[in-house]
Amino acid sequence: MKQQPLSARTLKIAWPLLLLAAATVFPLVADPAMGNVAVLTLLYAAAAVSWNIFSGYTGYISLGHATFFGFGAYTMAIISVNQHLPGGFGLFLLVPVAGVVAALVAIPIGWILLRTRGHAFVIITLITVFIFQLLATNLRGLTEGSAGIFLPFTGFDPDWFLLPFYYIELGVLVLAVLVSWYIRNSKYGLGLLAIRDDEDRAEGLGVRTGGSKLIALIISAFFMGMVGAIHAYFLGAVYPQQVFDPALTIIIVLMAFLGGLGTLSGPILGAVVLEVAQQYFGLNSQIGYYQIVLGALFLIVMLLLPQGIVRSLARLWNAWRVRSGAGGSPVAPERQPAVVEKG
Amino acid sequence: MTIDLSPINIFDGILGGILTGTIYALMATGLSLIFGVLDIIDVAQAGYVILAAYLSLVLEQAFHIDLFLGLLITMPLMFGLGLLVELVFIRPIKRDRTQLSILVTFGIGLLIEGLLGIKFGTTEQELKAWYVTDGFKVANFYIAYVYLFAFILAVVLLAALFFLLYRTKFGRSVRALMQNRTAAQLIGINVERVSAITFAIGVALTAAGGMAYGATTPFNNNSWYDIITRLFAIIILGGLGSVPGALIGAIIMLVTFDVTSAVGFTVWSPVVFFGALALLLLFRPQGIFGQVATRKQ
Repeated sequence: MKQQPLSARTLKIAWPLLLLAAATVFPLVADPAMGNVAVLTLLYAAAAVSWNIFSGYTGYISLGHATFFGFGAYTMAIISVNQHLPGGFGLFLLVPVAGVVAALVAIPIGWILLRTRGHAFVIITLITVFIFQLLATNLRGLTEGSAGIFLPFTGFDPDWFLLPFYYIELGVLVLAVLVSWYIRNSKYGLGLLAIRDDEDRAEGLGVRTGGSKLIALIISAFFMGMVGAIHAYFLGAVYPQQVFDPALTIIIVLMAFLGGLGTLSGPILGAVVLEVAQQYFGLNSQIGYYQIVLGALFLIVMLLLPQGIVRSLARLWNAWRVRSGAGGSPVAPERQPAVVEKG
Repeated sequence: MTIDLSPINIFDGILGGILTGTIYALMATGLSLIFGVLDIIDVAQAGYVILAAYLSLVLEQAFHIDLFLGLLITMPLMFGLGLLVELVFIRPIKRDRTQLSILVTFGIGLLIEGLLGIKFGTTEQELKAWYVTDGFKVANFYIAYVYLFAFILAVVLLAALFFLLYRTKFGRSVRALMQNRTAAQLIGINVERVSAITFAIGVALTAAGGMAYGATTPFNNNSWYDIITRLFAIIILGGLGSVPGALIGAIIMLVTFDVTSAVGFTVWSPVVFFGALALLLLFRPQGIFGQVATRKQ
């Protein structure tokens, strides 16, 4: 790889650290009314990053990640209620457990679903969500059906109720980003990108496509399960329609697309923009209004910014540098050949 | 829950499944046709179903136009809407058509859901006509006339579609596009025009299916999530892009649903069907009539 100018390299390391520092102090300085939005934004950001680990890198667009979210949420709810666990910080220990359960569930699901490709894969993943929604509704002995399960009360002081959730989510998000970053720069990650660009050729070149895809799905499901568990504890209740919700994954997909599919920072950026917009419009929740705004947003993003904010900005930035004669590298910040141009 | 595996129940299930199956076939054929020709997954298809059902509702309530006669108005309207949607939203997607189309059409579906929500709220509606309430008896199974009429409508429309596809010059262009878009363009087929018209035909067929759906099932503006799952399952089962596959897939699906509920496992019927679908995918990922997905050039 071409040596980048020192300033660009420092910038690359400095930016994430600056953002992390800003995110860490944010709750201490921000208006408490923003707290809810911040908690949900981080949650969606973590979900979008974990979705991106599988779908962004392999190009297999999954609309079924709500399945793993749901398994995480139900694991949290069922264990805490059946074991009569008290609320409080201890329950957060169940978050990784929920992640592991979601990851285990991803093995058989991935084994079946990854036999399909392209369009069929997209559709079948969406259907999976409905199957599990139905199962969660009908297996009343385990899930209480549509009555839902109520989790133990957190017992947190209302003054700092949001803080534990905020920091735990920040932790999950940072972990997900680190894993995503590690995969992106590993040989394994290159294999995934090769699958995205041309699966048959990748296989011909010796990438173990089947195993690689499944492992990516398992990692992705692990994080998704953790997000689901935190979400369940945060809301205090779990219902089939609310966790096995196809709209949930579709919003996450939109976030990833908005920021930039397959980039590291894109999903986070998309989540921040979209979640804040959603909360803002959600406040004026009149029937139908919300769907119209969301639908319009979808159309605008997909038709005007199909490559996402990150790549569009990167292109503008590079064009500006070339024009101003700064002699910067023509390499985009994400080190990514513009975009998949197939079909 | 009583389980009764008597032949009469199974017969009821099969008969009911075939009758409702053709209604779903109408909706799914449009989806499969659009997929085959335009190479897009049209999530909004289920939105058009609901939109058409509401159009029939308005015609019936405000102008007292019979549901089936009303199709003479709703189908051309939906055809026009199809042309418009294709021109404004589908045609501009030049790269990554399949992936982007899902999200774009999902946006369209949300818009439809939102607009219908503003106009009609979320109250469940039902289309009313004498043939919805009256019926006749086969064995010990009571069938409303609307199922029979919808069955005839579906057969007529699907026969017309097959005639169009396999006996006309336009149909030959459509099939050429399904086989190979680039090659079709090279031999002088106006690809964009054929795509637009096919899309509009798909939407218009869906409109007919939407009326039949509305006459047999209560619906509101959220119903499209449930419908799209079923339609997707049908076209995956039948094979993506295959028009006969959509027909067969719809009937298999609804017969499975209805037989499982007729013998007593009502709440489990979708699970049985989806489980069977998952099993099928293990052995035949391309569906019944589908072709193996190969690398795009």
